Amino acid sequence: MPYTILEKKQIAPQVHLMKVLAPDVAKASKAGQFIILRIDETSERIPLTIADFDANEGSVTIIFQEMGKTTKQLAGMTDEDVLQDFVGPLGKPADVRKLGTVILVGGGVGIAPVYPQVKAYRDAGNKVISIIGARNKDLLILEDEMRAASDELYVATDDGSKGHHGFVTEVAKNILDSGKKIARIVVIGPPILMKVAAGMTAPYGVETIVSLNPIMIDGTGMCGGCRVSVGGETRFACVDGPEFDAHKVDFNLLMSRLGIYRSEEAQCQENHNCTCRGGN
Amino acid sequence: MAGRQAMPHQDPMERVRNFDEVALGYTREQAIAEAARCLECKNPKCVQGCPVNVDIPGFIAQMKTGNFDGAIATIKLTNSLPAVCGRVCPQEVQCEELCVLAKKGEQVSIGRLERFCADHERKKGVDAPVKAQPTGKRVAVIGAGPAGLTAAADLAKAGHAVTVFESLHDTGGVLTYGIPEFRLPKSIVKDEVRFIGQLGVDFKVDYVIGKIKTLDELRNDFDAVFIGTGAGLPNFMGIEGENLNGVYSANEFLTRVNLMKAYLFPEHGTPIKRGKHVIVVGGGNVAMDAARSALRLGAEEVSIVYRRGEDELPARREEVENAKEEGIVFRLLTNPVRILAGENMTVKGVECIRMELGEPDRSGRRSPSPKAGSEHIIDADIVIIAIGTSPNPMILSGSGGLQVGPRGTIVTDGSARTSLENVCAGGDAVTGAATVISAMGAGKLAARTINDHLRND
Repeated sequence: MPYTILEKKQIAPQVHLMKVLAPDVAKASKAGQFIILRIDETSERIPLTIADFDANEGSVTIIFQEMGKTTKQLAGMTDEDVLQDFVGPLGKPADVRKLGTVILVGGGVGIAPVYPQVKAYRDAGNKVISIIGARNKDLLILEDEMRAASDELYVATDDGSKGHHGFVTEVAKNILDSGKKIARIVVIGPPILMKVAAGMTAPYGVETIVSLNPIMIDGTGMCGGCRVSVGGETRFACVDGPEFDAHKVDFNLLMSRLGIYRSEEAQCQENHNCTCRGGN
Repeated sequence: MAGRQAMPHQDPMERVRNFDEVALGYTREQAIAEAARCLECKNPKCVQGCPVNVDIPGFIAQMKTGNFDGAIATIKLTNSLPAVCGRVCPQEVQCEELCVLAKKGEQVSIGRLERFCADHERKKGVDAPVKAQPTGKRVAVIGAGPAGLTAAADLAKAGHAVTVFESLHDTGGVLTYGIPEFRLPKSIVKDEVRFIGQLGVDFKVDYVIGKIKTLDELRNDFDAVFIGTGAGLPNFMGIEGENLNGVYSANEFLTRVNLMKAYLFPEHGTPIKRGKHVIVVGGGNVAMDAARSALRLGAEEVSIVYRRGEDELPARREEVENAKEEGIVFRLLTNPVRILAGENMTVKGVECIRMELGEPDRSGRRSPSPKAGSEHIIDADIVIIAIGTSPNPMILSGSGGLQVGPRGTIVTDGSARTSLENVCAGGDAVTGAATVISAMGAGKLAARTINDHLRND
């Protein structure tokens, strides 16, 4: 069953927002869950964390960065185009409860999945301090939305073009050092950011949650491709996660497994470029 | 009496380089000659060996006179997936085992005859079935695999409005994601599903029960529910190195190859690691499928590592023979101890230990135990774990009161009823990993139970 793209826009260099008509998915979605989509009959299935959902409109919003062939093809799509498959919501919802003051950290496109969590934590009665960061100010997404949804918002850029000159983890560390009582930190972003964040918060003993996005096919526990090591135990990110205790995750394994198909992806990209040049 | 007609096969040297079907099927002459061998027993034992009770002597008698249209009609009275069953059923331990000629090892090739009839019909175009008079009752079927498809077909034939919910983007379940093209072409699965669609069954793919809707919600929306969610959760061994890059569950490896067509990468977008030295752990049909797929993806050497001996291999004899012909190496009485890491968390090899068989255990199989000091290393860059699967617990979220056994299997009575009213279950979700045909038998039984219940409602 095809799924119509209601809206598609570029929101930063190589970063795109896509709102898709998927009423069944929208109705059931909760913060922290993800979807798997397939563009057409020959495409691979790729998992993307849900950035927003609207049960009334029947829409689910995803935000993605152009990385390989599939996301580049996705970036070339426009309003009214259709996706062959859009499955979800998958994974366990985020464990959102009233805890007190929580810090939500989003790095790069990781800001997208943090956004619905900010709203959910606020709705649950928490004070939400958000920290968002990117390599530079042009790559910063959802700043206005995040500011509106959060009690406090901090910005960091690697090059200092906006906000704190440095990493989001440094901003978070400053808050922890200030002695403020923080009940939980949620960090979503590139694996290396989540790894650094886990290392930073460990000495403070603050509960730290990360959302993992390993390679997967079905997203329902069937293939085991998404296995991660958490506290020395093998877990499937698709059904046991995607959120885990950051202090127990083996990030080196995660990063290594994310790179399994690097050479095949390069080959695929090459083939795709060739096809493009030869065709339209 | 003439001996069994041999099944023509693609040449082994040729077929290891393609994914085309290995068994080519009988010619018309062969089919008639094989059919002529049936003695048409007054009290046919073969039918008792068929989980869906096909009228075997009946359809074979029709074949004898070349009435293949009649023969397929007879088969389809009780079997909704004849082209599939003719290919993947383990007839040698079902109908054919009970054939009176089996005592001499000359049993009638019932499966091959069934396949011939189904293929005959497909070639000339399948007639759309006449839809049954609607009963006004609605039934939900969860899972579009062999159990669900069979239940859906039988319920639709009884006039109920059936909706099948499938979490993947395609129907067929294990027939689509698990069994390779060279054993069961996907066009055949599609045709059989299309036929079931023509009976009036509505298929909803990309629809995850337990996520979009719970079982409890389905029970409110429908008059009855059938759960045929299979056993899709891959088991791992729990040994060192199992998460290295290059270690696959057989489910993942086969899903990439079959469902996602990774053998056509990069025209199809899903990649797969093509190994030089591949080790497949396990001795069942899934292990054979994975090994033979790896070979077709270009591996130089593919080994089956199995902890018991040749006689204990759970795979069909025919598949073991096919694998041997193709050059798969069988390392029997061997068990992996750990997987060795190479550079960048890749696989370098597998340390194995030799096993010896002791006395038969409770399951009647001789239990293997390791021989001390027999550790040895086998080079490998890809390892595929094919040691079985368990039922997927996803369906259980939001299914209050559904009774489940210790290994996650759904508990049913002799009529496929679960602990919940108007909810039946069958197939691997109930038994744990078993065969396509036993799942179909369970789907059939459940459909009968649901139909009886809805008729008396």
